[in-house]
Amino acid sequence: MGAAFKLSDFLPLRLWTMLYTTLVRGVPDLVMMLLVFYGGQLLLNEVIDYFEWEFIEINPFVAGVLTIGFIFGAYFTETFRGAFLAVSAGQLEAGRAYGMSAWQVFWRIMFPQMLRYALPGIGNNWLVLLKSTAIVSLIGLSDMTSLADQAGRSTHQPFTFYLAVCALYLAMTAVSGYVLNRLTARYNVGVREANV
Amino acid sequence: MNNIATFDRLCIDDPHNSRAGHEVLEDVLRAGKQGTAMNQTATVEQVRVEDLHKSYGNNEVLKGVSLSANSGDVISIIGSSGSGKSTWLRCINFLENPTAGRITVGGKEIGLKRNGKGELVVADPKQLQQIRTRLSMVFQHFNLWSHMTVLENVIEAPIHVLGIPKAEAMERAERYLERVGVWKFRDAYPAHMSGGQQQRVAIARALAMEPSVLLFDEPTSALDPELVGEVLKVMRSLAEEGRTMLVVTHEMGFAREVSNHVIFVHQGRVEEEGNPREVLVRPQSERLQQFLSGNLK
Repeated sequence: MGAAFKLSDFLPLRLWTMLYTTLVRGVPDLVMMLLVFYGGQLLLNEVIDYFEWEFIEINPFVAGVLTIGFIFGAYFTETFRGAFLAVSAGQLEAGRAYGMSAWQVFWRIMFPQMLRYALPGIGNNWLVLLKSTAIVSLIGLSDMTSLADQAGRSTHQPFTFYLAVCALYLAMTAVSGYVLNRLTARYNVGVREANV
Repeated sequence: MNNIATFDRLCIDDPHNSRAGHEVLEDVLRAGKQGTAMNQTATVEQVRVEDLHKSYGNNEVLKGVSLSANSGDVISIIGSSGSGKSTWLRCINFLENPTAGRITVGGKEIGLKRNGKGELVVADPKQLQQIRTRLSMVFQHFNLWSHMTVLENVIEAPIHVLGIPKAEAMERAERYLERVGVWKFRDAYPAHMSGGQQQRVAIARALAMEPSVLLFDEPTSALDPELVGEVLKVMRSLAEEGRTMLVVTHEMGFAREVSNHVIFVHQGRVEEEGNPREVLVRPQSERLQQFLSGNLK
């Protein structure tokens, strides 16, 4: 959706998404996470005071999910934007010339061809996202890493537990890699292999 | 004249039934050829373009051009690059929006309205779709959908735009792929074929819509010289079948031998037109003389 906004003919929409992707991609994830959790709480308190509502506490889980979604939304926006631009105009024009509706042109031609260009980028982003979930432990969420940390400290066997975490992450990325390969194979049909 | 009225009704009331329309049209033509006086009148106007203008900003690329194509006509539009001939063709199925003019398809004038940029667009999206299913286009760069096989390319629009059953679309596709001689590539992807083969698939894709007019936008310009022949041969056989064709081309041989009308466009205007055997052999205007001598050297 971000990609659609950024490619839109409507200037304010384009400016907003530009601001969003520039800002988010330019600020470290960690800082963003702390800002949303602590800063968000302060902001929320102000709002609550103003309207004289009851106190609401930001749930760290919600804050974590929101921040990660917010950050990777920006990365995915850029990936999709590039992929949409890579689909040649002639492909879409042929769809229009044969009487397809805008919706059909999008789903039957644009989307499958766009995915072909987006998949490598999606793969990268996804792996980075998977691993950067570890930073949620900073705002008090007990994820795998913080659990391993506690377990390691109390049993004096940090190595075992951290290695276990590594293995688990590796397993997750391996599975993702497999799925992504399958997807790439599926959407790359009809692409001529490079002959040099 | 009754025959014409019948054809018009059949064809216009049900734009998706262009096949039936085609058969009726052939009957009409046959009847016309048998009768003596009917011969002149038994033609059905498929496309008429009147006083078409198109500007990009302040640059007017089409300055009022007109044409009329009856069924069975093969009209070649020639001219140097930048003369506006491709733009003209692309305005007929509204891939580009003209700035002024009237277009009639199958006897029905298209309702137009102005958009925010001052261009004319088709007022009713349904009518736009109708026009596009009746006028099938073959592109310079083929524009076959690269993520689909040859067969999928050909059945795509008949199924998803015309709404015909898949089995029928497959049968149609196989018939037309056979017709243009690329049937054996039906499961291949476009990227694995030569330009000439791809363009013939593109022609099959256009035929599978069973349109009333075929639009060709420089169909051989992107091909290697040795592949031009196979595409021209298919086009010539389509012309001999009595199909209505508008062809923007640089192939003077095709224009001279296959088409029954040629239009020379220069700087957005029709400079000269008529029977190709006269116009191309004894050009009247200086521009056309220059153009032809440049081409024939």
